[in-house]
Amino acid sequence: MELHQLTIHELQELLSRKETSALEITQAIFSRIHAVDKQVRAFITLTEEEALAKAREIDNQGEYGRIAGIPLGLKDIFCTRGVKTTCASRILENFVPTYDSTAAGKLFADKGILAGKLNMDEFAMGSSTEQSAFFSTCNPWDFTRVPGGSSGGSAAAVAADEVPFALGTDTGGSIRQPASFCGVVGLKPTYGRVSRWGVIAYASSLDQVGTFAKDVRDCALVMNIISGKDPLDSTSVDLPVPDYSASLDGNVKGMKIAYPREYFQPGIDSQVQEAIKKALIKYEEMGAIVDEVSLPHSEYALPAYYLVATAEASANLARYDGVRYGLRDFEAANVIDMFSRSRAEGFGEEVKRRIMLGSYALSSGYYDAYYLKALKVRRLIADDFSKVFAKFDLIVSPTAPTVAFKIGEQIGDPLTLYMNDILTVPINMAGLPAMSIPCGFHEGMPVGMQLVGPAFGESTLFKAAFAFEQNTDFHTFRPALEVK
Amino acid sequence: MALTIKEVEYVAQLARLQLNEDEKQIFAEQLSSILEYVEKLNELPTDGVEPLAHILPVYNVFRADEIRPGTPREEILANAPLVEEGQYKVPKIM
Repeated sequence: MELHQLTIHELQELLSRKETSALEITQAIFSRIHAVDKQVRAFITLTEEEALAKAREIDNQGEYGRIAGIPLGLKDIFCTRGVKTTCASRILENFVPTYDSTAAGKLFADKGILAGKLNMDEFAMGSSTEQSAFFSTCNPWDFTRVPGGSSGGSAAAVAADEVPFALGTDTGGSIRQPASFCGVVGLKPTYGRVSRWGVIAYASSLDQVGTFAKDVRDCALVMNIISGKDPLDSTSVDLPVPDYSASLDGNVKGMKIAYPREYFQPGIDSQVQEAIKKALIKYEEMGAIVDEVSLPHSEYALPAYYLVATAEASANLARYDGVRYGLRDFEAANVIDMFSRSRAEGFGEEVKRRIMLGSYALSSGYYDAYYLKALKVRRLIADDFSKVFAKFDLIVSPTAPTVAFKIGEQIGDPLTLYMNDILTVPINMAGLPAMSIPCGFHEGMPVGMQLVGPAFGESTLFKAAFAFEQNTDFHTFRPALEVK
Repeated sequence: MALTIKEVEYVAQLARLQLNEDEKQIFAEQLSSILEYVEKLNELPTDGVEPLAHILPVYNVFRADEIRPGTPREEILANAPLVEEGQYKVPKIM
């Protein structure tokens, strides 16, 4: 194995035995990036010089542990002090934040090394990373396919061994779906578990920060660092953060696992369903108790989501007005014109579409019929989950209806593209933690299994995911990239 | 429900988005089909259901009102498209 292929915990072991250095690891990571990223196109910005300098500094101090000396990637939605943060939008193409987002700051404080900023759908609105204003990212398993989205750059970079781990955000599936498409581990924690401060907002009641990793152990390690209350984010929750690594004991004996019948319907690829069913049998063999349940309001989650998310987006994105930062149209004769023209030039089509839908849903005369109705349905969806978690420890389903689709295949039809999120959106509506882990292959592409836990039940997810990983080898497969 | 061009223009004005004629046409069609899809919610009776705006039972989170160091003005203004004498400059408002 070469350095760029290793997990965080494997690298950390080498560092502690003085068999490698942060500098060697960082150099290996950048030589990998230079070899493959012309094809994968995961990165918007690379921070090579700063990374190498930081690695030398860490080596001089000579103290390692956790993520000290380990390179990482950040979705380009995390503000990074002095490093351009674009949100993959023209409107923020030249935006350089004056501060670090809390989650990124915690990684830097732990001596993690920023390798660069990763591609995404503009403002996290999309399921394929084709909505980036700059370029599409390719799936490392097959360059003609999408990596998923919106955190497609993060998933692809980890799958292609360009970084050992990367942060993303998940509003309706934006971590889990790309993790599924790229065959890596992806966790969306409970709403409130990780600070959103300094993360460019899409839909504030749904957005949550999470991580991509090569295995479950690494995922737990990163969550130990980024979780917890932040005085700067009033929606972050002041609950103790358990040591997630401590739940990696491989024991699921007696664990009660539910699979919702609504998540195994004809719209979900039969081979994908088959892979999950095999995984459920595996869990039974390991001593878990598996049973079918119903989440009766599942089919209403997606329409409710597209009202709630776009309504919040239309308010959040009102700040891009060309006054304080971002793109400005200098031809406009008055201020209102300047707003409208700057936004017209700066936002891409999907962002405009969602702002329009959200503005409509919130507009006078339609608020009750759309937005309020969606919030009531949201309550019913959350109640469905509460009822299941009164009797079960975990819910298991496919992460996405299909394996990664072809680039360009769905771009013309917004509704078809939205359907990708049908199995992930309900979890955001209920604010629950959920993880996608590799559990099979179809058409040579990875299949992801979604594990959903009760609120702040991340430890259960780690326990179940680790047990599966210990008894299978899906996480050991990596795409055979042709290095040109 | 089908959205008219006029309604699209009205919403675009609310959203401060200048749309060209092609975009108005496309958005009228696409938003109509999305709205038709979300009409599905009306199948569900929701009388007496408490709306859920936020999943956390957290209210009125206050912090101490302490003076803390801020970011230097020049750093903040470095991102601004147009600045004059330490202030943002915009076209004439009145």
